[in-house]
Amino acid sequence: MKWIIDLFSSSLGRKLIMALTGLFLISFLIIHCTINAMIFFNDGGETFSYWGHFMGTNPVIRTLEIGLVAGFLIHIIQGLSLWRANHAARPVKYSVTKAPNSTWYSRSMGLLGTLLLLFLIMHTSHFWIPNRTNQFTHGEELPLYKMMFDVFSNPWIVFFYVIGCVSLFWHLLHGFASAFQSLGLNHLKYNGVISFVGTAFSIIVPFVFALMPIAVYFKWIN
Amino acid sequence: MNITLKVWRQKNKDTKGGFKTYQADHVSSDMSFLEMLDVLNTSLIKKGEEPIHFDHDCREGICGMCSLYINGHPHGPLQTTTCQLHMRTFKDGETITVEPWRAKAFPIIKDLVVDRSAFDRIQQAGGYVSVNTGGVPDANEIPIPKKIADEAFDAAACIGCGACVAACKNASAMLFVSAKVSQLALLPQGQAEKKERAEKMVAQMDSEGFGSCTNTRACEAECPKGISVTNIARMNREYFSAMMTSYEVVVGGGE
Repeated sequence: MKWIIDLFSSSLGRKLIMALTGLFLISFLIIHCTINAMIFFNDGGETFSYWGHFMGTNPVIRTLEIGLVAGFLIHIIQGLSLWRANHAARPVKYSVTKAPNSTWYSRSMGLLGTLLLLFLIMHTSHFWIPNRTNQFTHGEELPLYKMMFDVFSNPWIVFFYVIGCVSLFWHLLHGFASAFQSLGLNHLKYNGVISFVGTAFSIIVPFVFALMPIAVYFKWIN
Repeated sequence: MNITLKVWRQKNKDTKGGFKTYQADHVSSDMSFLEMLDVLNTSLIKKGEEPIHFDHDCREGICGMCSLYINGHPHGPLQTTTCQLHMRTFKDGETITVEPWRAKAFPIIKDLVVDRSAFDRIQQAGGYVSVNTGGVPDANEIPIPKKIADEAFDAAACIGCGACVAACKNASAMLFVSAKVSQLALLPQGQAEKKERAEKMVAQMDSEGFGSCTNTRACEAECPKGISVTNIARMNREYFSAMMTSYEVVVGGGE
């Protein structure tokens, strides 16, 4: 079984882990974004709360949630460790670094990821952590829809949520297509589709997410 | 043309280097960058100073020996080798900064000369096809589609200069290694050893201390031979399938 350790500790295997966890987190974003977008029905949170309750109590979903937390942790830890190793591969830096030959966001995945991590800490401490804590201690869910109105009444929090969404946009813009390249899925017949879907996904999902705190703050929904 | 040069001078790999400024006057715009350095070196030798050490060999753009990180680009602002870079690319009176390739796996030997033997060791690990001796086979005995032959040839155009490592923000050697894996993996002659090749070359690359690929595509933009990052995707496929399906060889025959 040594080969498995060799595979996942090699530079290519570590990128494989980044790509697989990245795509897994992307699939989570689809579900998270779809359910949260239910608030735009403007039905007093009825649809949103129905699905929120399902996600928070269904045993299958709760089991998958453990995988999700693991996915986040692996992606973050592996990303930071790769950033360190890549940094160490050039101990003496160049003195001339102008005239770049690549996009800034493809070179800044570590920075964008760190911003997302800070956002994630803030975001989970607003909703997920208190809700799950309450479920474990009192066996009851918290009224997430109502909490959302409390949290997003603060303009600073709305501002940081939008910053988080902008970071997510740039991170996905490189990460989505990059994951396929790391997996070895680069083919002239499919590159166009991957690039189009990746760009569309990176624009739509962060935009819908950013719209939520803004809509609540400006009372477009009530 | 009059040029101001800021050149990295370093006695050996253990000493600390630094930039030194030189004035190159009456430079012909038709000179190659290396010829300009030759003239500068002649004047330095006449003055009794140590000439600037730099790598060069064929000066025809095919050997991969010349290097130099010029004004923030490996091989200078054009997508070519430094020997094929002419002074007309620069403006009269321009200040040009010349640095060596910077990578942990490419230690500096002297001034602008770096030790690129890490590439040789990667090649030796598996970048070959074992051929038995015997009669010469017919030229077109093995049918190979034209497009595949072209793709293999494009990968084989890699001259191993190391510009990809120099350009990459992670000092990653993946464009080089992937070109070497691809040129053989695409052809029937390379099939017998393809799994072993991918495994060994990647393992050697990792042990040399190169960084990982983050798909910025800077290497592709700077490669003087236009090697494409599709080769990196192919190497990833080759490596993953090799690691998951190859036979683990027990050394010693299992006695």
